[in-house]
Amino acid sequence: METQASVKIRNEWDIVQARQLGRELSKEMGFGQVDQARITTAISELARNIYLYAQNGEIDVEAFGKVGRIGLKIISTDQGPGISDIRLVMQDGYTTSGGLGAGLPGVKRLMDDFKIHSQEGRGTEIVAIKWLR
Amino acid sequence: MPVIKYIKDNKEDIVTLWKKQMDEERPEYSNYTVPHKTMETANENFIDVIFDYLNGNGGESSEGVNVFIEQILQFGWPLSYLTSGLQVFRKVVMDVIDKNVTEAKDLLGLYKRTDAIIDPIFNQLIKDATETWEHTVSMQKSALLELSAPLIPIMEHISVMPLIGTIDTERAKLIMENLLQGVIDHGAEVVLIDITGVPVVDTMVAHHIIQASEAVRLVGSECILVGIRPEIAQTIVNLGIELGEFPTRSTLRKGIETALEMTKRKIINIAQEDGQ
Repeated sequence: METQASVKIRNEWDIVQARQLGRELSKEMGFGQVDQARITTAISELARNIYLYAQNGEIDVEAFGKVGRIGLKIISTDQGPGISDIRLVMQDGYTTSGGLGAGLPGVKRLMDDFKIHSQEGRGTEIVAIKWLR
Repeated sequence: MPVIKYIKDNKEDIVTLWKKQMDEERPEYSNYTVPHKTMETANENFIDVIFDYLNGNGGESSEGVNVFIEQILQFGWPLSYLTSGLQVFRKVVMDVIDKNVTEAKDLLGLYKRTDAIIDPIFNQLIKDATETWEHTVSMQKSALLELSAPLIPIMEHISVMPLIGTIDTERAKLIMENLLQGVIDHGAEVVLIDITGVPVVDTMVAHHIIQASEAVRLVGSECILVGIRPEIAQTIVNLGIELGEFPTRSTLRKGIETALEMTKRKIINIAQEDGQ
């Protein structure tokens, strides 16, 4: 099973579009209400980070299967300024935009797998997976 | 030889060819089911408008074009109907010219002048279409803003703000303003913010709500967050958002009961009172 969809994030309304995509796909895959909310919230956080810090980037949502397991993968990529200290941004309460600083650590808790890769001056890629139980 | 005269002299040919080709183009708008008859009338109008425009030599008679464009767009027809109509017209004119002129040098000149006639119509078309859309979008935007953050005084000292739909930065600002203004105007001591209709509560939405309630606290009133659905409660916990100091209730009804308690009142059943 491979379904993929992507949304370019350039303004605030693209965030709404991205999470609608996530909601539809997670519903289609059979995720429960709570997991649907988790997935859409995670997408919302990631898309907002792109909008706030990188100005433009992309959110891909993908259904994929791997040895008997089915999961929904969110890939967030941008060509923004990158993150110099990943440990710092993964701390609760750390923020540079005056927000709550719960975004990235929150996404990690909302999803099952979370990988972040960032290069200063080049951009950031985040891959987060939720497994269907 | 001026192209306009050429086009006019061959009007019959051009019109017949144009209509035929437009008829063939029809399947392109298959998702807009337009009756054949309507389409024919529209085509009839369209070609008349083009020729009217050419008769007026561009300048003064462009009004007919404007009216026609407006009509088509108001009916919600696709813009591609108009653009392909003009493209077909250009093609047909060139075909007719091609058939009658053999000298390559003349041909190029005629082509260029045909472009010079049709391009202004194109530009007008794009300008009108985008203006119509921009107008619609801005109208909808202001209509949405009016709906976005109403504060309803439901009882003395108690007001409710029901939030429905996505909260973006602009709306968050409006929520804050309306809350504070409403608290002062209605003299509300307790404000209930109902988020039953908010599809996603992420850190930004939570942040805005926390800020708004802080501001309400500063002007001497209290905020209660109500309408927290179970899945939203779980995501808020997962995100690690601290709502500890913030009174919350699951439903608006429970919120109103709490608000009444806070203003030292309660709802009693009159029938029971009478019976005692």
